[in-house]
Amino acid sequence: MTAEIGQFALLLGLMMAVVGATVPHWGIKRNNAQLMAIADMSTLGLFLLTAIASAMLSYAFITSDFSLAVVATNSHSTKPMLYKITGFWANHEGSLLLWVQILTLFGAAISVFGKKLPTAFRARVLAVQASVAVGFLLFMIFTSNPFDRLATIPFEGNGLNPLLQDPGLAFHPPMLYLGYVGLSVAFSFAIAALIDGEVTPAWARWVRPWTLTAWCFLTGGIALGGWWAYYELGWGGWWFWDPVENASFMPWLAATALLHSAIVVEKRDALKSWTILLAIIAFSFSLLGTFLVRSGVLTSVHAFAVDPARGIFILGFLGLVIGGSLTLYAWRAPHLKSGGLFGMVSRESALILNNILLSTFAAVVLIGTLYPLILEAYDGTQISVGPPFFDFATTVLMSPLIIALGFGPLLAWKRGKLSRAAQTLLPALIVAIIAFGAVFWTDLKGPLMTALGLGLATWLIMSVLIELNKRAKITTEPTKAFKRMRALPMGDWGMRLGHLGFAIILLGITVSEAWTDEKLVVMQPGDSSMVASYEMTFDGVEPITGANYSAVRGHFTVRQDGKFIALLNPEERLYASPVMPTTEADIYPLLSGDLYAVIGEQVGTNSWSMRLYFKPFISGLWLGSILMMIGSILSISDRRLRLGTAAKKQKAEG
Amino acid sequence: MRKLLIFLPLIIFAGMFFLFGEMLTRDRNPSEIKSVLIGKPAPMFTLTTLDASQTVSNEVISGDTAVVVNFFASWCIPCRAEHDQLTQLQKMGIPVIGIAYKDKRIDSQAFLDELGNPFATTLSDLDGRVGIDWGVYGVPETFIVNSEGIITYKHFGPLLGNRFDEFVDAYREANK
Repeated sequence: MTAEIGQFALLLGLMMAVVGATVPHWGIKRNNAQLMAIADMSTLGLFLLTAIASAMLSYAFITSDFSLAVVATNSHSTKPMLYKITGFWANHEGSLLLWVQILTLFGAAISVFGKKLPTAFRARVLAVQASVAVGFLLFMIFTSNPFDRLATIPFEGNGLNPLLQDPGLAFHPPMLYLGYVGLSVAFSFAIAALIDGEVTPAWARWVRPWTLTAWCFLTGGIALGGWWAYYELGWGGWWFWDPVENASFMPWLAATALLHSAIVVEKRDALKSWTILLAIIAFSFSLLGTFLVRSGVLTSVHAFAVDPARGIFILGFLGLVIGGSLTLYAWRAPHLKSGGLFGMVSRESALILNNILLSTFAAVVLIGTLYPLILEAYDGTQISVGPPFFDFATTVLMSPLIIALGFGPLLAWKRGKLSRAAQTLLPALIVAIIAFGAVFWTDLKGPLMTALGLGLATWLIMSVLIELNKRAKITTEPTKAFKRMRALPMGDWGMRLGHLGFAIILLGITVSEAWTDEKLVVMQPGDSSMVASYEMTFDGVEPITGANYSAVRGHFTVRQDGKFIALLNPEERLYASPVMPTTEADIYPLLSGDLYAVIGEQVGTNSWSMRLYFKPFISGLWLGSILMMIGSILSISDRRLRLGTAAKKQKAEG
Repeated sequence: MRKLLIFLPLIIFAGMFFLFGEMLTRDRNPSEIKSVLIGKPAPMFTLTTLDASQTVSNEVISGDTAVVVNFFASWCIPCRAEHDQLTQLQKMGIPVIGIAYKDKRIDSQAFLDELGNPFATTLSDLDGRVGIDWGVYGVPETFIVNSEGIITYKHFGPLLGNRFDEFVDAYREANK
């Protein structure tokens, strides 16, 4: 019965979405407030209906209702409760429902928090949002219905892939989806603005908090995915340039560019056409990611089960949404009035450089991801594009970005002085050169890339601190510095934390890549191995039994100079349903880096193959990501306060 | 120029759209890696039979007719799915050599006892060494070796539906 309620809610939701996608446009044309108000009603109604459907599917998973095909193929009665709940989105059908649920959540949020938007514009935005929902609901109902029943009810389910039975991955998809789908808001705003033919600074001010929200979740989602790979896959890697990872990275790059270009629209009323295009592209990348994961056109560790009918359907939907919006763009964008002028050296130019580099990066990642497909279509040759290509592109494009990033916040709007900024930044340059030289020429003996990475990271950290010092006058008037710091706008703090987070991620990548110590050894109980300056002693193994798996647990004692540091207990698990072995690395984070142990296959009667690592400052990745997220939250809190206030940049602020 | 630029995103997207459309409708398996061994002599091997009674090498695949070499394992579910097709090959009088890939002898034997044995000869590649030489990256994989010992065809994944018919045609072709 519950499944039928869910099914009914989805069908009703589809009708609601069709109404919400069409009637408001008509209402705007006739200037009829009642028809426009339908946008709000249908948006909230759609949200409630999807919530009912989601509740029904959750209920089916929690109660292990194996009469539903999706539950029977992806769940198991002995699975721990957490994974029964998250089993909802660990499959194609359920994850689509989550997609739609989040889409309607954002719609409802626009309706509730967007009361200050002009009524007609809000109706337009909600109508575009509803059109996207129509597409996804059709896709779900016709090709991937989560409420399909089985004719014969199996006694037990197939179980969930054990790799996915992990707290990190349980929350990775919702986070990522909040990011992907959050970009739909900027998209809807862009389409609505194109239809109305007007982009104002106020438009940018509305778009920014929504983009920041999506960006915050996307950052968190990607970081969580990397963290999961790092501790669950058991070989210490966290990013593989896999097509689906790239599919999450491209919208992130586009959203980052959008965040920055929207500032120019807001403060200076320029760069409108480009910003609109970025908003369309950012969401298009989200849709592209959905397509790549679900169509089976590329092979990837993340891909769902392949069904050509689904692929064709999403491709058609993709063509309609992306093709349609880009056509609308080509038609309407030339009519947008361009605004403020600015000099070659200015804050605007710095932000444009940022945009050029970020979008080039996104384009390069796109080419790298699709190149194997292009080549195969052309002459059937199979190749794969891997880390060497992407790492090179990252270095080439990110290095100038980071150098410019030091200058950007110090340049004035309209016309800045490069020489003055350079003078202010001199200490940062000196520290960066010292860091570069220290790594390259001293007995740290890092390769050129490591020296470059560390030089850039220190440059960025220093320039953030110098910029703060310049605004708060910490060194010149320390007594009033605290008061000044409190008076600085939250948005600026958000920027500083965001940039600092970026620098710390860079530091984490560089240091952990350069100085990781890795030992592959066969050990008997009692054996020791030196990893970096740590002595890891293998004390033996014990068999253990978990809720739905059995495991061999290894015991390690870690000492440094004879002093006890930590115990490590990596496991080699064998899950019962489906039968599948997994490795559970054990990680002990120290300030200086992570101790990381993996137990492998048994060799002979009493020996095991082990992988032991010391990964210095890998926590920089997670720490930096958290800083970026906090930065975006601070920035959002600022924007909310300023909603509805004067749009143009005030003299007093600079 | 500006006019052209404004259409550029649309043009790029159209290109991607047709690329995806082409690749989706083409009959292909994206996780298949094409073999570089087609047209080359079959790699040398020496393996013991499943019952460990004798040691054989390449002479087992050389003869007057082409031979089918099937890498399988008892733990592999698609292998179970294609078992009927292998039995059909046997009924058509096509010699099929089975190589149990990374599979314990008793498990492979139990698998064949349960489903029937379609193989003229069954060999055991317990550590997967021979599999590496043949470029096997996931069972089942099925090769056709002609009477001169040259690999003429390889199929990745279970031999089901159209794939099976194509395979039989390829075998006839190899035997000409």
